[in-house]
Amino acid sequence: MTNNTKSLEIYIHIPFCKSKCKYCDFLSVPTDDETKHEYVNALIAQIKSKSKELHSYNVDTLFIGGGTPSILKADYIEEIMTTVRQHYNIFDNAEITIECNPGTVTKEKLSAYRRCGINRISFGLQSTDNKELKFLGRIHTYEEFLQSYNMARECGFDNINIDLMSALPFQTVESYKESVLKVVKLDPEHISAYSLIIEESTPISEWIENETREGHEVLPNEDDERTMYYLTKEILEQNGYHQYEISNFAKEGMECKHNIGYWKRKDYIGFGIGAASLVDNNRFGVVSEMDKYIDILKRYKDEELEEIYENRETLTGEEQMEEFMFLGLRMIEGVSRNSFKKIFNRDLDKVYGEIINKLVLGNLMESGGDTLRLTPRGIDISNRVLSEFLL
Amino acid sequence: MGNIDQSKIRNFCIIAHIDHGKSTLADRIIEMTGLLTSREMQAQVLDNMDLERERGITIKAQTVRTVYKAKDGEEYIFNLIDTPGHVDFNYEVSRSLAACDGAVLVVDAAQGVEAQTLANVYLALDHDLEVFPVINKIDLPSADPDRVKEEIEDVIGIEAEDAPCISAKTGLNIEEVLEAIVHKVPAPTGDKNAPLQALIFDSIYDSYKGVIVFCRVKEGTIKPGMNVKMMATGATANVVEVGYFGAGQFIPCEELSAGMVGYMTASIKNVKDTSVGDTITGLDNPCAEPLPGYKKVNSMVYCGMYPADGAKYPDLRDALEKLQLNDAALNYEPETSIALGFGFRCGFLGLLHLEIIQERLEREYNLDLVTTAPSVIYKVYKTNGEVIELTNPTNLPDPSEILYMEEPVVRAEIMVTTEFIGAIMELCQQRRGEYISMEYVDNGARAMIKYDLPLNEIIYDFFDALKSRSRGYASFDYEMKGYEKAELVKLDILINKEEVDALSFIVHADTAYERGKKMCEKLKKEIPRQMLEVPIQAAIGNKVIARETVKAMRKDVLAKCYGGDISRKKKLLEKQKEGKKRMRQVGNVEIPQQAFMSVLKLDEE
Repeated sequence: MTNNTKSLEIYIHIPFCKSKCKYCDFLSVPTDDETKHEYVNALIAQIKSKSKELHSYNVDTLFIGGGTPSILKADYIEEIMTTVRQHYNIFDNAEITIECNPGTVTKEKLSAYRRCGINRISFGLQSTDNKELKFLGRIHTYEEFLQSYNMARECGFDNINIDLMSALPFQTVESYKESVLKVVKLDPEHISAYSLIIEESTPISEWIENETREGHEVLPNEDDERTMYYLTKEILEQNGYHQYEISNFAKEGMECKHNIGYWKRKDYIGFGIGAASLVDNNRFGVVSEMDKYIDILKRYKDEELEEIYENRETLTGEEQMEEFMFLGLRMIEGVSRNSFKKIFNRDLDKVYGEIINKLVLGNLMESGGDTLRLTPRGIDISNRVLSEFLL
Repeated sequence: MGNIDQSKIRNFCIIAHIDHGKSTLADRIIEMTGLLTSREMQAQVLDNMDLERERGITIKAQTVRTVYKAKDGEEYIFNLIDTPGHVDFNYEVSRSLAACDGAVLVVDAAQGVEAQTLANVYLALDHDLEVFPVINKIDLPSADPDRVKEEIEDVIGIEAEDAPCISAKTGLNIEEVLEAIVHKVPAPTGDKNAPLQALIFDSIYDSYKGVIVFCRVKEGTIKPGMNVKMMATGATANVVEVGYFGAGQFIPCEELSAGMVGYMTASIKNVKDTSVGDTITGLDNPCAEPLPGYKKVNSMVYCGMYPADGAKYPDLRDALEKLQLNDAALNYEPETSIALGFGFRCGFLGLLHLEIIQERLEREYNLDLVTTAPSVIYKVYKTNGEVIELTNPTNLPDPSEILYMEEPVVRAEIMVTTEFIGAIMELCQQRRGEYISMEYVDNGARAMIKYDLPLNEIIYDFFDALKSRSRGYASFDYEMKGYEKAELVKLDILINKEEVDALSFIVHADTAYERGKKMCEKLKKEIPRQMLEVPIQAAIGNKVIARETVKAMRKDVLAKCYGGDISRKKKLLEKQKEGKKRMRQVGNVEIPQQAFMSVLKLDEE
């Protein structure tokens, strides 16, 4: 990378899945082949349309997420990747991830991914307990996952993430512990361990509401939930993983660069419906309606098509500082006072000194030298802590 | 209306227990005397404020003049003076009664005589009014007019044999009431050429005319251009306009002479200059004596009122100022609370008055308020001989400086069906009541129980407790009796070891422990879990008498936050921060405003 060029992350959204999981509030739907075809064409048009504006950037991470990107024919993924490579400066050692759902990958697909330079796979396993999986509306069993995982290894993938979920309905500390231990045995390079977020107006949230109204406690209580959280940390650390973000663990050097980019506020461009971008402190999104997205991009020749972007917001200096804090503090290493000063030309403590003092006194933050970070207790109630940094 | 034959004027009021149909009858009378058409009638014409209409009570006295063509072929002028219907406004009631010559007593045909019926009748008889009964709601299936008539004769001791049996709702037999008014209410007396002597029974503020004084001319004549004097306050004024009351409007006339009821304006800026009960006389040719019965109205109940949003303090001040223009009984002065910031200590006639003002501030002035526990006025006798009238518990001197304290006591009359006597007496006992007497009425079906009760025991929720323990059958009235010595202590609430001044209150030593315990329990429910554990304590002086703990929050964390989530998650954090703004910060603890109000209703559960 020459000194004059800036780095960029690319996110590509594939809003399709075989069937929608009960907890999912992402932009994703089951759909027909025709729509998939049209969508990929639109995606390719959008990728091309932005390239002029972003030609001075070097791309060091690329993430194909969903939905279930692995549901697409391998040809489509190859076509997308070829287009990206033709129009953007992709680093040789760029981290290129694709999200796969167990049960949707084949050897052919995995080989194709390797061919087009994808070097990281993220599997949405969630649980090793088939009852729990079924309850979440997942389409795969643990055994099917194992097949997919082994296949990926056989195809040469040496950087694999596995997603796990805690605080699931009817999950016990024991059943969760078993999931963690089984996953550790597989020895993936990276593990994301989330506690289930109940998003409004998902089928699962409605179900839980009804159960609660009838007096049934279906979710693990707060204490058990925290026990699961600390158990994850304990087991993973014993097995050579370190926590680098609230919900993310990796072997040394195998952290997900793409996601770190979000927390460190690197520029990123999102392709596909609903995809978000941050470029030069402008946040904007792509329209979330499939028809609209496809129709507009059908008109693409070689000019940029502004109509597909919405919610454009230019961040003020204050908003940038707020983001720096509430995103940066998700990282276990915390934020750096020097970086703050370099970016904003102000002392972190001049802006946030009073709040920091209060939070340190409350044992919610640790402050030492250049670094400021959350304590374990601060992580437990991080929403409270992070909201303090809004100006 | 230059010369009106005094013998054709009838000044009267309607008295009743709440809900017995006073306002409905007033509406019918106005309707049937032809002053308004049915179409012009809004339900219950006399209750002007939305609040009054909603609660079915009359807060301000309302007056209307109508013309009735009687069966004898003559036209009579009816001045109907509608009186406030609640014990808080007893004095206003008494002045309105003093403006009348007769009273129509409305009794519910099903419920019969109630505590307030009696209280109002006695008040009317005290003013030498001719009282005649009307049995209302005879259309109800449970109506028993004969029994009620008998009860009226037995309990009240007034003739009820030929009382009209009516339904104000359907308009049945209203004509009988109108004829009874003509024949039973005496015509006013008084010499129109004598020195002016007029009773002020109400006043309202109008931004164009200044104060509009409602008065009954007893002697003499009042007309524009005259210089007049309020005998008690000493205020003088030059009369600009006199007139009488149309329904909902003021109709100017040349003069008001002896026997007439009407209004006058004189560019008066402040209702405090025209106190209810004062006598208006001529400056040049004054009467010898003011009319009897004037009393300065004192606030009985105090509480702190604070804007929920501190920035609205000036708005609250303006609103109180405006309300006071119309309400001489409302007092306020600025005060500061560590917990609640800048606000006002406000004085009221009673709890209903307090609630009305609070609701009006919230509705008419769009203010969001936090009010502190209402307090009565305690007399604190200090060792150095000083006597303090304490309206705010925080100002209580150090116990070592206090010789003793006195609290206001009321004489309460409770009317209840006999099956609930035990429950009601138990309640009064719990509230430190002193039993005075009990009389059976209604052939032994009901009893009138008298108790002396400390005012501070009834200002919170006594009425609700009474209703719930008698399944709604008990009725209640009270009057101030005086001050009595009592063993009182100040109970402080400490949250996270810090005293919250807005939650302090004075309580009898015997009930302090229980009260403190309940306060702590209630606050525990109201204060959300915080980052840290929060102890809640009730203390008298340095002695903690009750304690609860709000456990620290276990978890509040977003597991996921990636590129597409950032704007949304930021909104979530902002929402959290907004929520925090609506809390009151006491030390490190955030207390929802609701918590301050919740402790006022400790006995609900």
